[in-house]
Amino acid sequence: MGWLDANLVSILNGLALGGLLFLIAVGLSLVFGTMDVLNLAHGAVSLAGAYVGVAVLSPSAGFGDFVVALLIAAALGLVLGAGLAAMTHMVSGHLRQALLTLGIALVAGDVLREIFGADVESVPAPLGLDGSIDVLGNAYPVYRLVVIGVAAVIALVLYLLLDRTQLGALVRATVADRGMVEALGVRSDLVLAGVFALGAALAAVGGLLAAPVLGAAPGLDDTILLLALVVVVVGGLGSVRGALMGALLVGQVQTVGVSLLPDQASFLLFGAMALVLLVKPRGLFPVQGVSGANP
Amino acid sequence: MTSTSGGPSPTSASIERPTPAGGVGASSSRRSRARLGRLVGLAVFLVLAALPIFLAPYPISLAGRILAFALLVVSVDVLAGLTGLPSLGQIAYFGVGAYTGGLVAIHASDNAFVQLGAGVLVAALVAAVTGAVAVRASGIVFLMVTLAIGELTHKLADGLDAVGASNGLAGIPPITLYPGGEPLVLAGVTYWWVLLVFLIGFGVAATVSRSPLGRSMRGVREAEPRLAAIGQLSYATKLAAYVIAGAIAGAAGTAWTVQTRFISPGDLAFSVSAIALLSVVLGGAGTLWGPVIGAAVVVLIRDWVSGYVSGHGELLLGLLFIVAVYALPNGLAGVASGRLRRRRAAMAGAPVAGEGQP
Repeated sequence: MGWLDANLVSILNGLALGGLLFLIAVGLSLVFGTMDVLNLAHGAVSLAGAYVGVAVLSPSAGFGDFVVALLIAAALGLVLGAGLAAMTHMVSGHLRQALLTLGIALVAGDVLREIFGADVESVPAPLGLDGSIDVLGNAYPVYRLVVIGVAAVIALVLYLLLDRTQLGALVRATVADRGMVEALGVRSDLVLAGVFALGAALAAVGGLLAAPVLGAAPGLDDTILLLALVVVVVGGLGSVRGALMGALLVGQVQTVGVSLLPDQASFLLFGAMALVLLVKPRGLFPVQGVSGANP
Repeated sequence: MTSTSGGPSPTSASIERPTPAGGVGASSSRRSRARLGRLVGLAVFLVLAALPIFLAPYPISLAGRILAFALLVVSVDVLAGLTGLPSLGQIAYFGVGAYTGGLVAIHASDNAFVQLGAGVLVAALVAAVTGAVAVRASGIVFLMVTLAIGELTHKLADGLDAVGASNGLAGIPPITLYPGGEPLVLAGVTYWWVLLVFLIGFGVAATVSRSPLGRSMRGVREAEPRLAAIGQLSYATKLAAYVIAGAIAGAAGTAWTVQTRFISPGDLAFSVSAIALLSVVLGGAGTLWGPVIGAAVVVLIRDWVSGYVSGHGELLLGLLFIVAVYALPNGLAGVASGRLRRRRAAMAGAPVAGEGQP
């Protein structure tokens, strides 16, 4: 009980970070799983979502304003995702698609810095959620608990959507065997564009939700992208469950691990990733029937 | 420079393809292409060697940095282009070479050959140990394992006090070429040393590319199971490619420190790895000389042209990448050799196959 008490705040921080990383990384994972596209602009989409908060929310913004900002971020993400899907669709070859998305990410980063400046912008938590609450004797920010809850709800909805509905079956089938889905008469490119748009919308929403914790600044897009890549690879490409487990693991490594082993802090994340890849090269929860190791 | 030394062997840029009509016409075209390649190579070498006579110290040090970065990119091309193993980790061996060279210079010897030898040796050793694990993976997993290797090296350099931690390794003395020789402080003279290292590294990569090992590497890229089926050891091939690429990257690292006389963890960042890999794609993967041009274009835009547009180097670089993806399907190398390749294909009666898409 003493250990839990001492590390409770770290564990909660890890859950909050894990939840945010899940929202951001699940799109990256599904886009890779369905389209084999390594979307290096994913971090930029997420940062754009965070800057929606900077542009829309005043320091006295209430809960309603925050919901409006979330809807704007989601819409922006949908548009960006559909655009990215269309642009990468015209290009063949993994490396050239990655080159294209990196180019887009560089341009987007420059444009965002031009609009919002090079300084770290903070985004306020909505009024009413900006206080602290007592958790087993520790004061803890309410907003982070809300983030954990929102991420859990979205994870559940996404799981039900993909696992229990006709549409989800279509997406899973496209991940598993695109050729067969096309042979059945489905426009797989529309499925793929839909997944890309949905994934980007989640990334933008995740970026906005993360903004009151992480802020919004140039360079954050690279950090987010690297973390999301690690999450996706650790969890296993193309699966919601993999992204969730990977995100929770990375969240804990980044908070509890760092507070327990401060000297090794900088090695922990990539050391953990290397370890997972050595033991399970296709990630912890690989999708059945997908050659994740040989895309 | 990509053409073969003649005879019926394939060009180093593409895998062996049966040429039904590969008689007099095709081989004479290939010979003329080889001659053209040698002439262009000689002309480029003369221009590069003459640069210090024409350029001021700053542009010359920029040219030296371009050569060192281009050699790093060549090492990425050996893996990504020739062997089909897209790597984000070559910056690790570049860093090992750079830090080893710098430490040797400070603590042991200011002789440039000693620094080069030590840097290459240590980088190759580290590549052998890490590569033994990394080449078990392929595709996206290989990409991520090498990313982890690169980032771990970056963090190691950032945390190790013996190499200056986040402040970097400073106070590296200028090189000498023979015991008791004068220290070379002029930018133009150190540039010649960097050029020499570049030529050696490029020569090693080109030689490997034309050797039987190079052909096995292309076999791994095109059809690894088939290579295994005919009794070739694909694991050994990949490991050999990895160690050679690591050694070349180490040489590039020593050239970098000789030039800048300073190395810091910032030089080993993820963005450098990403830009190195994408220089390969921009230039034309698998051709070796294409990625060199890609690297030069990238560094010139980032460090030189951006000076004229007040720090929008990343914007220009991004636009360049986007345009290149749509306009140059085979990279810059594809533009240069496209005409010749079409002619050759017409003679051979075979369709032109795209390159550089593992």
